[in-house]
Amino acid sequence: MSAVKPVLSVKDLSLKIRGNLILDGVSFELEKRKITGLVGESGSGKSLTALSIMQLLPNGAATNGSIAFDGTQVLTASEEAMCDLRGDDIGMVFQEPMTALNPLKQIGEQVAEGIRIHAGVGHEEAEKRAIAILSRVGLPPEKYPLSRYPHELSGGQRQRVVIAMACAMKPKLLIADEPTTALDVIVQAKILDLLKELVSENDMALLLISHDLGVVAGLADDIVIMRQGKVMEAGPAIQVLQRQAHPYTAQLAKASTHIPKQTNIWKAPELSQPLVEVSNLICEYPGNRTSLFKRPTPFKAVDRVSWQMDKAEILGLVGESGCGKSTMARSLLGLIKPADGTIAFEGKVIGSPDGIARADIVQFVQTVFQDPYGSFNPRHVAERLVAEPLFTRTDLSKSDKRELVQEALNDVGLTSADGDKYPHEFSGGQRQRLAIARAIVNRPKLIIADEPVSALDVSIRAQILDLIIELREKLSVAWLFISHDLSVVQAICDNVMIMKDGNILESGNTKAVYAEAKNPYTRALIKAAPDLSNAIRLRSKS
Amino acid sequence: MSWFIAKRLVSLFVTLIFATIVIFAVLEIIPGDPARLMLGINATEDAVSALREQMGLNQPIFIRYLDWVTGLLSGDLGKSFTYSSQVSELIGERIWVSLPLALLALTLSTVIAIPIGLYAAARRGRTSDTSIMAATQFGIAIPNFWFALLLVYVFAVALRWVPAGGFPGWENGIWPALYSLFLPAIALALPQAAILSRVARSALIEVLGEDFIRTARAKGLTKSQTLWHHALRNAMIPVVTIMGLQFAFLLAGTIIIENVFYLPGLGRLVFQAITQHDLPVVQGTVLLLVATVVVINFLIDLLYAWIDPRLRSTTR
Repeated sequence: MSAVKPVLSVKDLSLKIRGNLILDGVSFELEKRKITGLVGESGSGKSLTALSIMQLLPNGAATNGSIAFDGTQVLTASEEAMCDLRGDDIGMVFQEPMTALNPLKQIGEQVAEGIRIHAGVGHEEAEKRAIAILSRVGLPPEKYPLSRYPHELSGGQRQRVVIAMACAMKPKLLIADEPTTALDVIVQAKILDLLKELVSENDMALLLISHDLGVVAGLADDIVIMRQGKVMEAGPAIQVLQRQAHPYTAQLAKASTHIPKQTNIWKAPELSQPLVEVSNLICEYPGNRTSLFKRPTPFKAVDRVSWQMDKAEILGLVGESGCGKSTMARSLLGLIKPADGTIAFEGKVIGSPDGIARADIVQFVQTVFQDPYGSFNPRHVAERLVAEPLFTRTDLSKSDKRELVQEALNDVGLTSADGDKYPHEFSGGQRQRLAIARAIVNRPKLIIADEPVSALDVSIRAQILDLIIELREKLSVAWLFISHDLSVVQAICDNVMIMKDGNILESGNTKAVYAEAKNPYTRALIKAAPDLSNAIRLRSKS
Repeated sequence: MSWFIAKRLVSLFVTLIFATIVIFAVLEIIPGDPARLMLGINATEDAVSALREQMGLNQPIFIRYLDWVTGLLSGDLGKSFTYSSQVSELIGERIWVSLPLALLALTLSTVIAIPIGLYAAARRGRTSDTSIMAATQFGIAIPNFWFALLLVYVFAVALRWVPAGGFPGWENGIWPALYSLFLPAIALALPQAAILSRVARSALIEVLGEDFIRTARAKGLTKSQTLWHHALRNAMIPVVTIMGLQFAFLLAGTIIIENVFYLPGLGRLVFQAITQHDLPVVQGTVLLLVATVVVINFLIDLLYAWIDPRLRSTTR
């Protein structure tokens, strides 16, 4: 194999940004027609490695070592030479399709622009080529005219436009930085398939950057594992992942397939009142007005849904973005009023005269959000943030409240001293612990967790999942666990509901649903979900 | 797009109707009897009440409002109490000084501010950027009437390049007229340009940090191509907002500047009318100023929709 000349060869690359060492002696090679997965947790330097290759580093960056691309020394090349390379011989796809496109320009123009620059052709010819590549990535102009603006496309379609832009000039190297992280699983699977096809069609080398070992294991020929700016291990993907010779590789693999230990398996209590009972719930949003005189038809985000959950149950709610799962959560929290149907906690209906007043729901339900940083006021200390659910409690003295806050901090594995810190002084994992402390401080019966681990690295994710199980056992609190990540749901949920277009398609015991789903959509969802152990098993066979 | 325009037009008219009510009500409430003011303090009670009757001031307020509005619709703004000529005539003469002055000032401030903002944003953090931004601080801090006096002293008194004040009228040719408006326009424009260039700079810096700028660079565009083809138009949205607000300031600013430069414009007219309690003139000019601002805002809204396709489609 050594006879093959690498397309890109990175040797002993180091990068300093304003004196801080970010990359330290990174070396790897990329070959034509091969997919190389670059894996690491946040802060490992994987994205900055890609930006070093593109020479699009932030101001104040200084690089050392060598990056050789197809005969060009990238680190010493002039800006002019790099402009010729970028978009022509090296294409790049980014993580966030929602913001990667200029919102004010039509998609056809955005694709044609790069073609005009590099091929030196006129508008007409560039448009013709743009049509060809857009059709290739699955956006034929008959269905998706070139005059569409980015906001008129879905996330997956936008990512296809970005891929079309990157591949328009048939580059020798394509760099994809977390290209599917922001997408739903089924869309993710399709985009990954498309990338794979483009690699063999165009004889490209693909550098696939991802935090998700499952994604890389399913696709990559080679793998490079990074941590804190250094390459930990590199080699053929399946071999590396199967042997797990390096301790860090083993640690990563273990964390991404982590299943929390449960001391006693949860069983549905017999003949008792359900904790939550939702019947015939409909939630609507006002639709777009189409005429001055007609009332707009409302959009049904949740369309006549009924379900229930028991005490201390962990119920998974799975669905693509826009399926209505967050709307359902908001209606449980009393943040939106259902158009029809009832929600009852322990038999007491929300908003009914002899039930629970909307304002009192907080004593019963609390919530944990995806982004632990965005959900805290940065100007308050942790103790005050955690105490927020207690603000309305007049029956507690100041010292009682302090005690509850201390207890909650200890329950989630933080210390009392952490109470004086501000949110930015915590790490990502600690912040999510803080969010959980806030949720348990007034001892609710139910916690709604909306994608609580999606923004976290795998090792931290494993710890938070452990914490969720631990708190369920200690406080017998129930969790409604909303997620798009099927492997996480499988790891901790007792029961699961699959939601699509405002309806619940399937529900039941998690193991049973995953083993033999009745609904074709559920089956497609499970099949599309990247899974590390499955991928290794399947690919080592072939 | 037509839906968007229709909706904006409806709101334009509602605002205008509301404005007539407010203007009429405010001027009715403020104390002072125009009839007594016109006749002087020595006039007899009989003479005053006769004049009140003649001017229609004894009618109920609602009737007077309706009369005023129906008059407005046919272009009749009433008769000035002091000049005894039609308000529409008075305004008609003077608007040809004030409107060109405000437009000239707006053009000047835009032409000065946008390139400065672009330059500073592109050279962010360097000495040229910080010194430009320090200079704009001065521009914002200096009151425009003081700056106007300074300009008069330097360019009219000391250097004798331009006249110190007055207006030759458009009938004597465009150039002499523009020439006499030039100093006042600069006095009005510079402080606004200072604000606008800061807005343009910060808007551009924000846009330059966006993901799609990185995408454009990854496509192989050079820095300046990215700036012109991708950043500028996105940064125009906040800039256009400030321009719309500034136009109102410029119109209001003409009241002081016209007095400094002895320009026969709306500003001086309304200033004199207020001191003389000349209600029809005040009402007429204020209404005109309000209407101009409302129309400018309407045009700004259209400009938004032209810049940003997302506004066009969500409001369909």
